[in-house]
Amino acid sequence: MKLERMRLGLRINQNNIIIFSTLLLILLLYGAGSVLYTGFFSWQVFFNLFIDNAYLIIVATGLAFVIITGGIDLSVASVVAFISVVSASLLQQGMNAYAVMAICLIIGILFGAAQGYLIQRFDLHPWIVTLAGMFLARGASYFITTQSIVIENPTYLSISKYKIHLVGSNFISVSVIIALVVVALAVYAAKYTEFGRAVFAVGGSEKSSVLMGLPVPRITVLVYTISGFCSALGGIVFTFYMLSGYNLHLMGMEMDAIAACVIGGILLTGGFGYLVGPLLGVICSGIIQTIVMFQGTLSSWWTKIAVGFLLFLFILLQRVIVIRRQRRRVINHGSTMTPPQLQPLTNAEYSKL
Amino acid sequence: MRSGDVLLKMEEVSKTFPGVKALSDVNFTLRQGEVHALMGENGAGKSTLIKVLTGVHPMDQGKVYLNGRPIVARSPLEAQHLGISTVYQEINLCTNLSVAENLYIGRLPRRRGAIDWKKMHADSEQLLRRLNLNLDVKKSLSDYSVAIQQMVAIARAVDMSSGVLILDEPTSSLDAQEVQQLFAVMRKLRDEGMGIVFVTHFLDQVYEITDRITILRNGSLVGEYETSKLSKSSLVTHMIGREWKEEDEHRKTESSYTPEVVMAAKSLTRAGSIKPVSLSVRKGEVVGLAGLLGSGRSEFANLIFGIDQADSGVMTLGAEQFQSMNPKKAIRQGIGFCPEDRKIAGIVGELTIRENIVLALQAKKGIFNYIPLKKQQEIAQRFIDLLRIKTPSMEQRIDNLSGGNQQKVILARWLATEPKLLILDEPTRGIDVGSKGEIRRLILDLAKSGLSILIISSELQEMIECADRIVVLRDRMQVGEISGGDMNEASIMKMIAEGGGTSEQYPQTGS
Amino acid sequence: MSNTRRRAANIMHTKIIWPLTALAAILLFNLFFVPGFFHMEIKDGHLFGSLIDILNRAAPIMVIAIGMTLVIAKEGIDISVGSVLAIAGAVAISLIGVVPLWMAIGAALIVGALCGLWNGVLIAYLGIQPMVGTLILMTVGRGIAQLITEGKVLTTDSKSYGFIGKGFFLGLPFSIFIAAFVFLLVLYLKKRTALGLFLEATGTNKVSSEYAGVEPRKIYLFVYIVCGLCAAIAGLLVSSNISSADANNAGLWIELDAILAVVIGGTSMRGGRFFLAGTVIGALFIQSLTTTIYSMGVPPERIMVVKAIVVIIVSLMQSDRFRQMFQQKSKKAVIG
Repeated sequence: MKLERMRLGLRINQNNIIIFSTLLLILLLYGAGSVLYTGFFSWQVFFNLFIDNAYLIIVATGLAFVIITGGIDLSVASVVAFISVVSASLLQQGMNAYAVMAICLIIGILFGAAQGYLIQRFDLHPWIVTLAGMFLARGASYFITTQSIVIENPTYLSISKYKIHLVGSNFISVSVIIALVVVALAVYAAKYTEFGRAVFAVGGSEKSSVLMGLPVPRITVLVYTISGFCSALGGIVFTFYMLSGYNLHLMGMEMDAIAACVIGGILLTGGFGYLVGPLLGVICSGIIQTIVMFQGTLSSWWTKIAVGFLLFLFILLQRVIVIRRQRRRVINHGSTMTPPQLQPLTNAEYSKL
Repeated sequence: MRSGDVLLKMEEVSKTFPGVKALSDVNFTLRQGEVHALMGENGAGKSTLIKVLTGVHPMDQGKVYLNGRPIVARSPLEAQHLGISTVYQEINLCTNLSVAENLYIGRLPRRRGAIDWKKMHADSEQLLRRLNLNLDVKKSLSDYSVAIQQMVAIARAVDMSSGVLILDEPTSSLDAQEVQQLFAVMRKLRDEGMGIVFVTHFLDQVYEITDRITILRNGSLVGEYETSKLSKSSLVTHMIGREWKEEDEHRKTESSYTPEVVMAAKSLTRAGSIKPVSLSVRKGEVVGLAGLLGSGRSEFANLIFGIDQADSGVMTLGAEQFQSMNPKKAIRQGIGFCPEDRKIAGIVGELTIRENIVLALQAKKGIFNYIPLKKQQEIAQRFIDLLRIKTPSMEQRIDNLSGGNQQKVILARWLATEPKLLILDEPTRGIDVGSKGEIRRLILDLAKSGLSILIISSELQEMIECADRIVVLRDRMQVGEISGGDMNEASIMKMIAEGGGTSEQYPQTGS
Repeated sequence: MSNTRRRAANIMHTKIIWPLTALAAILLFNLFFVPGFFHMEIKDGHLFGSLIDILNRAAPIMVIAIGMTLVIAKEGIDISVGSVLAIAGAVAISLIGVVPLWMAIGAALIVGALCGLWNGVLIAYLGIQPMVGTLILMTVGRGIAQLITEGKVLTTDSKSYGFIGKGFFLGLPFSIFIAAFVFLLVLYLKKRTALGLFLEATGTNKVSSEYAGVEPRKIYLFVYIVCGLCAAIAGLLVSSNISSADANNAGLWIELDAILAVVIGGTSMRGGRFFLAGTVIGALFIQSLTTTIYSMGVPPERIMVVKAIVVIIVSLMQSDRFRQMFQQKSKKAVIG
């Protein structure tokens, strides 16, 4: 009797159903684009998905760590914009390009660590702290300049223009390599390091993780630090792409990053997801964007609506999975002491445990 | 060391929480190769004892020796490092991770810096085999039943333990077959020389698996006994009985109930929670539900009030029949419910006494049928006077009141709705003696005025004083009923200990 | 009885004293450092001056913050208000001239209520976390607004529509009256229906409230609808004030202002007791701060930094752990 139930659980593998849906969706969308528009099915169009979204892939991958622990980081887009302004203005003053990059990364690390510290040490709600962080970073850019600064630094220009040729005359940029390395490192860290598994454990149950002896406070601070670092790296990559620093860059991009994670199968309640997911999520919305572009008459806000709709569908899918899991637990458990509660624990409730 | 050697010794342990002496001079000894039951009713101090031992709470006084060496555990983690592992009723694992990871997280095997998944899987399988478990360790823990998850938790604990294993109510949510599976593991570990502390409410399980029993009551040690030499009835007596004193027996003398049935439950059942219970309450009658903790007494109350849904069975209220219930419907039908856990499910802490009193009445009336402030104050004042709630003002926050007064406010909340049936789950728990008496008198007065009451209490004397009839539950089953002159602590305890027999449904116990 | 009432009044006052102090401080600052801040003059029978300006500009924040107060009281949040504001403005302006004015306004309000309903269903009935649930509408909302405006900035020259956001009534900006009306209406709901009691009860202890017969889900649904409506009203105010609907920039960042106003006003992010008057004062404080920074010649964008820091400080003050740390320190100081 028991055995049957187990086997049933295996067949419906809830851990990878979302990522399979995402892959299927990518194939469908790409297929549809290829059938509908001439020139869509080409290597360069495919590579452009990566070139145009390299920064987003990096940011979303960093964000994924935070989301897996059950937190959130809304400050990512502002940090990217802030970094673009910082690098542009430092380069304008004639600083060495690599020193600028180093400074940017340090800023990102410190920013993320500070947010993580506030969240962990004082049990503040991550949404609130990072919402404030988002404003802080946007506002701080204005202290430097309110104008858009064009970058003329030769190192940045040459990195930006450098083409890595693959498959004939088709090419990718340096940024794509950076993004793919980040994803590879993230996948490795998640699967093969104690830290990576601990991130999942904290997302599964913070209370259990503490009881199992994991350094939960350190992990919490660390994931926000990673997110800050990735935002800064994303900012550098984005600067390569835009070759300008402007604090109004990427308004609302944090939502794109969150959407990429959700569509890529990172559970917003924490504990589940593959680190390759955000990449797939980004590609998914990238294809939608490309389709809208190829269509020609549609304006760009259709992308927003389509991505939002996907976000809704995937959140719903996640919800169904979580409810199923809970229901199964209740059937197995048969415990009646607690009243049915659908909402997951809030931070406040956790702290009371 | 051999079996029978002392493994863990706690001496003269005391612990005081603000206002409560939770443990006073308790001794506890665990030997190698034994399963040792720790028993006692709510508030007896067994969970405090375990929390002190595992470093959740610091102790005020006393010493703990492990293998003869004094130890101090300042946190659960430290206790674990010392070799004292605990498995709680609520499984403290991460169900989103694989079985193997749950066994080894925090100490994952590594090879050249990276996690060595192969080794981890092999080790896990070996570890589980020690407990006669054959699982696919790569699968996520959530794919397995709670019983298996429990077993995995035990495996982790065993692997990290140096001989002491504490199982805190591990069987509460397992079915009979799963319990046997767990017991098999426990026996194996015992035979390997481990000392296992086993906390449970199920008497049969205690007699099936344990070698020794330590009983606590009101924070003090009653004694340590060999299981085979302690009869069930003396166990129950030790747990809930008191020293027999003739003058303490106050039986309810006058009954005021009428034949009219207010509520009748027929075979209400809920899987994993309670087996079919049939029970009716007449107008003006006080019915007691007796049984140990975990016997299904609170679970039954939850079914009546619709907090949990019954799988089967019918409830009759007045002329109407119900198969499903929810609190709002129950309130409309004239039921009131003072839940067991006042803090979590009773009071609304930030609100004032007045607001707490009118809350249920307002909910009954609906959102737009607002009770004007003046009327609210009248109602609140009436009940503050009637129940003698001690407070400087009705605009005080309820969490500033003492436990007894909080309980009175909750009572007032329900009385304001003018209910026909009032369910009181542990109405006097955590309340000072004076208020206890007041609340009991109140229950009698209310019954006299025609209110029907279903009362649950772990203090038998309380029920004998208040109830016209007592229904006894045991191991989630209705085992008997006692009324009138037969009601005394001895007869109730006998029934709790021995069950009602199998041939008759409601046997008479000799008195 | 009068004694108890006075005590109740005292509790109210102690809670509202903080936002009032903050507001007083900022006004005092202006008195000394910003010449002419308190200057008021009557032009064409209308009052003009910085103070009036603050009131006028604070109106949309106030209205949204009132809706947000209810949502936060139940331990929720609504970050989609900015997008709903944009949608409502777009609906109203795109319909003006097509249908009678009152219908355009009505349509905007209905759309706002529908947005609230959508959020409410996701959160109360599907059990999605409030932040996540409202995130969807926040993202899609701007797209929908752009769908309505067809990607352009729509304008209107309807004088009567413009009256809502920039007209004068009895010498004061009309928007103030709208904000006051919303405030009084919600205050009425709080004080003269059981909404206040139920909301505070469920926000404080959901289980107890459910056991007492309150239905938390219905309450949640209702407050999200009210919040959507409030956002729509703010959308009318904003779009009428500038006689145009800008899907991209209307109400951008207003959710943070609203949350800030609520929190400064004394309502805890953890739910429970809520203070409408405090929220109104909080909104006034935020607008005064903005105006002050403007009038000091500081680039207005920098105010975001100030707001961010205020948010952190206020949430730190509400954090139990922060308070504990502080208390321990002061205890140590006493002992030492």
